Amino acid sequence: MDYKGIIAKYKDVSGGIIEAFHAVQKELSYLPEEVIVEAAKIFNIPVAEAYGVATFYSYFSVEPRGKNIIRICESAPCHIAGAADVVAALERELGIMMGETTADGKFTLEYTECVGQCQATPVITVNGKPYAGVSPAQVSAILAEYK
Amino acid sequence: MAEELRIVLRNYGKIDPLNIDDYIAQGGYDALGKARGMDQKALIEEVKKSGLRGRGGAGFNCGQKWQFAYMAPADQKYVVCNADEGEPGTYKDRLIMQNDPQSLLEGMAICGYAIGSNKGYIYCRGEYPYVVDVLNQAIAQAKDKGVLGDFDIEVRMGAGAYVCGEETALIESIEGSRGEPRFKPPFPPSQGLWQKPTIVNNVETFANIPVIVDKGAEWYAAIGAPAYPGTKVFTLTGDVNNKTFFEVPTNTTIREIVYKLGGGIPGDRKFKAVQIGGTSGAFIPEADLDTPVAFDAMAAIGATLGSGAVFVLDDSRDIVDVVTRIAGFFEHESCGKCAPCREGTMRTAELMEKIDAGEGSADDIALLEKLGRVMSYSCLCGLGQAAPSPVLSTIKNFKADYDAKLM
Repeated sequence: MDYKGIIAKYKDVSGGIIEAFHAVQKELSYLPEEVIVEAAKIFNIPVAEAYGVATFYSYFSVEPRGKNIIRICESAPCHIAGAADVVAALERELGIMMGETTADGKFTLEYTECVGQCQATPVITVNGKPYAGVSPAQVSAILAEYK
Repeated sequence: MAEELRIVLRNYGKIDPLNIDDYIAQGGYDALGKARGMDQKALIEEVKKSGLRGRGGAGFNCGQKWQFAYMAPADQKYVVCNADEGEPGTYKDRLIMQNDPQSLLEGMAICGYAIGSNKGYIYCRGEYPYVVDVLNQAIAQAKDKGVLGDFDIEVRMGAGAYVCGEETALIESIEGSRGEPRFKPPFPPSQGLWQKPTIVNNVETFANIPVIVDKGAEWYAAIGAPAYPGTKVFTLTGDVNNKTFFEVPTNTTIREIVYKLGGGIPGDRKFKAVQIGGTSGAFIPEADLDTPVAFDAMAAIGATLGSGAVFVLDDSRDIVDVVTRIAGFFEHESCGKCAPCREGTMRTAELMEKIDAGEGSADDIALLEKLGRVMSYSCLCGLGQAAPSPVLSTIKNFKADYDAKLM
């Protein structure tokens, strides 16, 4: 993947490193070390600083992740609506625990805080797309969309 | 009373948000034209006179803030929209941006004219990539139509950091840095984005502006509570029948929101508590339900209006468990820059977990209270200052629930 080309597109954007990270992560699901080193060079900051940005924001990952990122909201409104049951269903269905990636590299499970879809709780997102009012019974149908 | 009054959501469901002609047909961009025909000082005076106070949580007089930026001498000034809506249980800014993006752009352009800025940024949270798409389409349409004149607007997307809702952390993030709050002063209206005078206002605040310019300060100031006029959008979650949103005048009471608009508590359960303003808000008991939601009335009962989230708990809920989860939220979201917040949120979460697990003592509660007090006045930004509020308010109002869990 031409990560250098992607990063270069943001060269003249003031403060554009975060936009560049978003763009690379959209392709790779995470930010490999060489991406951070390249971004530091392009935006003319120390590598430590670029790494600091990459690790500050919870939506960036410096560890490899699956193709599809599933996030489960654990904020209070989802918490009392039974988010834990949805977590259990996802873990069972995928055979992994929260924070892990399936062996085929297709899915990663992550916790998130509120994603602002609280009209129906609990809420999960897949690659940013929200599913509100999710019950454990709906989990396998949602996953099927991405298999 | 307890009737909806839609000002910021005036076009909700009435227009195609992705068709600027719909917005213009509703009178959209008339206010910007009117504003540009006014003297800048007179325009700022009008906004000031309307009494509009920031809808992001701090409640500062909007026109007053604009005046600071107007008076600051600089070759470049910026208008920034805080669309980093991160308070759990809140989605009002998303509603505005998804259903009426042009009203936000118009509000920002009016601000730009008032303070003398030709460049705006919308900092939209990373949880809303689909809103970023809507905003970019809306901006492209506004540019095509030429309605914004020389005012340019760019969207930047956050990446999952609650602290970036704090205005100086947000500015750091636009600059491409870690989203850590700055020491204040200087405040953004004198030195903000790239050290230039900057207005940071919430989405809901900007969406009010075209209406104020159009209908006049007096009209607006007469709505709701005199000290915090206008309307507020509330989003209802938890144990309430109508889990939806409402826009109401600011003199509406909490009881009216929970029972009349919210339809009360489902089933045969009883009301236990309501947390208003997001996860950093106080938990309010039955006795305070007749308080108007306006900023100062809420402050008088030790609560906040905040973002307008309304999180209702019925009498079956374990409030200590809920607050333990909230303490975990703040431990996770603390940016780590200042010690009182970095250490305080961690210790608070630790003590709450201990009590929730039935292993706490009365000393632990006393320690939580002391720690909370220290954090409320020593943390660098609003995150750490407000983080103890759910803990302290539940110890005060629901002490029996804590006592029942002690060893």
